[in-house]
Amino acid sequence: MLRRRIIPCLDVSGGRVVKGVEFVNLRDCGEPVDAALRYAAQGADELCWLNITAGEEAWDELLTQVADAGTRIDVPLTVGGGVSDEPHVRDLLGAGADKVSINSAALDRPGLVTECAERHGSQCIVVAIDARRTASGWEAVASGGRRTTGRDAVEWAQEAVERGAGELLVTSMDSDGTQRGYALDLYERLLAAVDVPIIASGGASSPEDIADVLALGVSAALAASIFHDGLHTVEEVKQTCRKRNLPMR
Amino acid sequence: MTTVTVVDYGGGNVRSLCAALERCGAEVTVSSDPTVVSASDRLMLAGQGAAGTTMRALEATGLAEALREAAARRIPLLGVCVGLQVLFERSEEDDCACLGLLQGSVQRIDGAERLPHLGWNDIEPLAEHPLTIDLPTVAYFAHSYAVTADVPSALAVTGIDAATIASVVGGGSVAGVQFHPERSSEGGRQFLQRFLAWDGIA
Repeated sequence: MLRRRIIPCLDVSGGRVVKGVEFVNLRDCGEPVDAALRYAAQGADELCWLNITAGEEAWDELLTQVADAGTRIDVPLTVGGGVSDEPHVRDLLGAGADKVSINSAALDRPGLVTECAERHGSQCIVVAIDARRTASGWEAVASGGRRTTGRDAVEWAQEAVERGAGELLVTSMDSDGTQRGYALDLYERLLAAVDVPIIASGGASSPEDIADVLALGVSAALAASIFHDGLHTVEEVKQTCRKRNLPMR
Repeated sequence: MTTVTVVDYGGGNVRSLCAALERCGAEVTVSSDPTVVSASDRLMLAGQGAAGTTMRALEATGLAEALREAAARRIPLLGVCVGLQVLFERSEEDDCACLGLLQGSVQRIDGAERLPHLGWNDIEPLAEHPLTIDLPTVAYFAHSYAVTADVPSALAVTGIDAATIASVVGGGSVAGVQFHPERSSEGGRQFLQRFLAWDGIA
């Protein structure tokens, strides 16, 4: 049986792991490659590396670091953040990323998803969606939440899948970094709307929160703060999930 | 030290696979030269993306013929993921002819609730074979196409909801894994060790 995945997320800025609340007030949490190796040793099923520094110089440094991490870890690695065109995807896959996540650039230019999926295969193209709650549902927002798009997040999820996204990484911006639990209603809507794997992100405060969102049927849960702060190990989260009869590695 | 040649047809990322082989103590050569490939003692073919793209690249570079020649010399050859799929006769993906080293065809997985099949899943051995001795119990997969469990070369299978796929195949000196040993932690490493020690005889 396919196992549910626990994915520690490394938000990387200036070559360091950082963590903020609702994408601001960033704190330093150490070297990304060290963190990647530590989480892999704890039983992480996959690692997510989100680059949050802009600029071409930062891009070259990112590729060097991803290449280093990619050859030293033995679990899958998803890399995203600042991916704006197909050569970026090609660079990251070439450096050793197993999957590449595309966010704002896909909203601005949905054809990018089609282009990347046709060239590299859907199995390595993740579309990341940042969603913010509205009166009637969820809106997809761009540029780390700084830009509204007016697009319904669930409709955008469906279009991204039709264009070839092999997986969706969906963050509830209202919950991110707050440790108030995942936005379960958002994932219920998405699970009914698309038939690719969904990674839930944003809001985990405890192993129970992670078990709650996995129990809905999402394929994976991504979390940052609870691991970076040393509050819980990956294995502790998995034990809680196993007690809920969720299939874990 | 065991030597292994990883075939580089320009379409897949071979870096993590090479690193995993090096962690097993192998001396790894990455080559896109058909002469080197056909003369190699041990080969790995990894891939990413679609079977059609992979086959076009292998045929255009002369590597397809080099792989057939190497297989005819009965040296150990292991395909990973799309590298497994192109060992068969045909793929439904892009409806393309493949290398034809193993009997059967690749189809889109039928019966899975969600595709791609992404994540860690069970490996259940079917047959005794030198390559099934140290199989991982769970391994990492990332694909939407596969060969079904009833191909004659199936050595191990994996269930995905209502579907069952062949996750390890072998016929003579040619073998393949649908999972990614380089991303399957300690179990993947043990499997690669076993392949590096294999003499190509079932």
